[in-house]
Amino acid sequence: MKADLSPRMKVALYGLMCVLLIPFVFPTWWMVTSSIKPISDIFAFPPHLVPQSYDWTTYSKVFELQPFVRQYWNSAYIAAMVTTGTMIVSSMAGYAFARIKFPFANTAFMIVLLGLLIPSEVTIVPLFQMFLKAGMVNTHWPLILVPIFGAPSVFATFVMRQFFVTLPPELEEAARVDGLGRFKIFRKIALPLARPALASVAIFTFLHSWNLFLEPIVFLSSAEKFTLPQALTQYTDAYGGPMWNIQLAAATLTALPVLIVFIIAQKQFVEGLAHTGLKG
Amino acid sequence: MAVTPHHETSRGRSSQPFWTMARRDSLAGFLFIAPQLIGIVIFVLIPLALVFWYSLHEWNVLANTFTYTGAQNYRMVIEDTNLREVLGATAIFSVGLVVLNMSLALLLAVLLNQKLAGIAVFRTLFFSPVVVSLVAWTIVWGFLLQKNGGINGMLQVFGIEGPNWLREETTAMISVIVVQVFKNVGLNMILFLAALQGVPNELYEAARIDGAPAFKQFRRITLPLISPTILLTSIITIVGSLQVFAQIAILTQGGPGLSTTVLVYYLYQQAFQFHFFGYGSTLSILLFVIVAVLTFAQWQLRKRIVFYES
Repeated sequence: MKADLSPRMKVALYGLMCVLLIPFVFPTWWMVTSSIKPISDIFAFPPHLVPQSYDWTTYSKVFELQPFVRQYWNSAYIAAMVTTGTMIVSSMAGYAFARIKFPFANTAFMIVLLGLLIPSEVTIVPLFQMFLKAGMVNTHWPLILVPIFGAPSVFATFVMRQFFVTLPPELEEAARVDGLGRFKIFRKIALPLARPALASVAIFTFLHSWNLFLEPIVFLSSAEKFTLPQALTQYTDAYGGPMWNIQLAAATLTALPVLIVFIIAQKQFVEGLAHTGLKG
Repeated sequence: MAVTPHHETSRGRSSQPFWTMARRDSLAGFLFIAPQLIGIVIFVLIPLALVFWYSLHEWNVLANTFTYTGAQNYRMVIEDTNLREVLGATAIFSVGLVVLNMSLALLLAVLLNQKLAGIAVFRTLFFSPVVVSLVAWTIVWGFLLQKNGGINGMLQVFGIEGPNWLREETTAMISVIVVQVFKNVGLNMILFLAALQGVPNELYEAARIDGAPAFKQFRRITLPLISPTILLTSIITIVGSLQVFAQIAILTQGGPGLSTTVLVYYLYQQAFQFHFFGYGSTLSILLFVIVAVLTFAQWQLRKRIVFYES
């Protein structure tokens, strides 16, 4: 496997990989290019792989038909709060489960791990009822509180615990002899060392929140409260059919920023997501 | 998150015997886990108990009725002929997805494991759909899969008349599986790549000296050594596939007929479109049992594999 390949073999492998790349790369290309084609061109035959003419008014329609700036802000601030909140809750819980001896620690850990067994789809009906009683339906609270404190953060806690377990105890012993409290040890010694694990948690928590779809459509009902995934599907004509070019323009605006950050910080993304084995 | 254990530290310093190191640690431990533990109780355990309670009731929100009916919803689960189709579709979706995902991930990982210049660029591109917004990705594929969309346009260039992908039973199921596979296969690809790189090189060298061809090396050395990774990732992928919702809602709305109505989508329809919260809760319990059994199997497997490796 590791032997040097013959030139002919190399050409064959490059060829194979380029063909395999098509379904991975072409949709993104098609999304961006179709979003700037005039409506008459988007179903043109033969398909124009490169736009022949441009129509930028699609992008202004994205903002005219829905409060898209507001929806963008909703998604962004919810994702930011969920990511920050999860990092705090999970690193603290993960640290305690890994490093602090306290009564019932194992029982508590087992209870927390139950969150991994129960996907949020299972509890969506009672959660809806609970938030309805609390007057929080059609607010962003369910999309913020449940991911930070509920089942979605358990995986993050697990990742943090696995990391803190590997820290050598000597690191803390010295600080404890100096009389440093637990919280200070956590903040000043353990947390700075946990940057790689925290980065993983941040990346997959952000993506999870950014992609959330079932929860927004269950909890939110007015356009100015919508998050992006939900808003994208709302660009429909009078018959409920999608306005493709506008949907694709809005989809481009949703997808590109994350894609650009990924290209800049791809190493962290790939390692962060793969090492935790996250599945969506 | 007011968890600074300030005052107990200061009291401990003033050598009060009550706040021993162990006691201070216990308090700190409780405070550290409190947000997560309380969160799990409120947002997971109580809802789980409630969903079970609801599942014993007939509950129509529109008619405002909530009547205890015992096991009636569970009898309905057995008698519901639609549900049989739904579970069939769920099984086809999950099995199709896991088989396609695993094979493609393995193929890509083997390709990316070759010594080729610029391989990192390919890795990035194959991985990129993972970070593309799920709904954006699904919308583009929905656009491509229209009767007069990009894919049929390309096919027509070669003189092939493509089907109406999302409106025919077989092709609709294939479409939702394929869209999901291309979206997420990059994750498993990276996991497999890491596993491949963990196979000791000496094994291949020995095999080469013995004159074993590349395919035989792969079957006899690579596959057995990375099989634990394959097994674990396939279970994680199946559990993930049971939670697929956005793709179905956007591409097919479960149709045509019930052919792509998977369990989560059916649950959503029963509870939030038809307002049968009782029956929806019973379906939630069913989903819970399936996911719990699979996750439990994964834990057992992981334990056994770790034991085997050590």
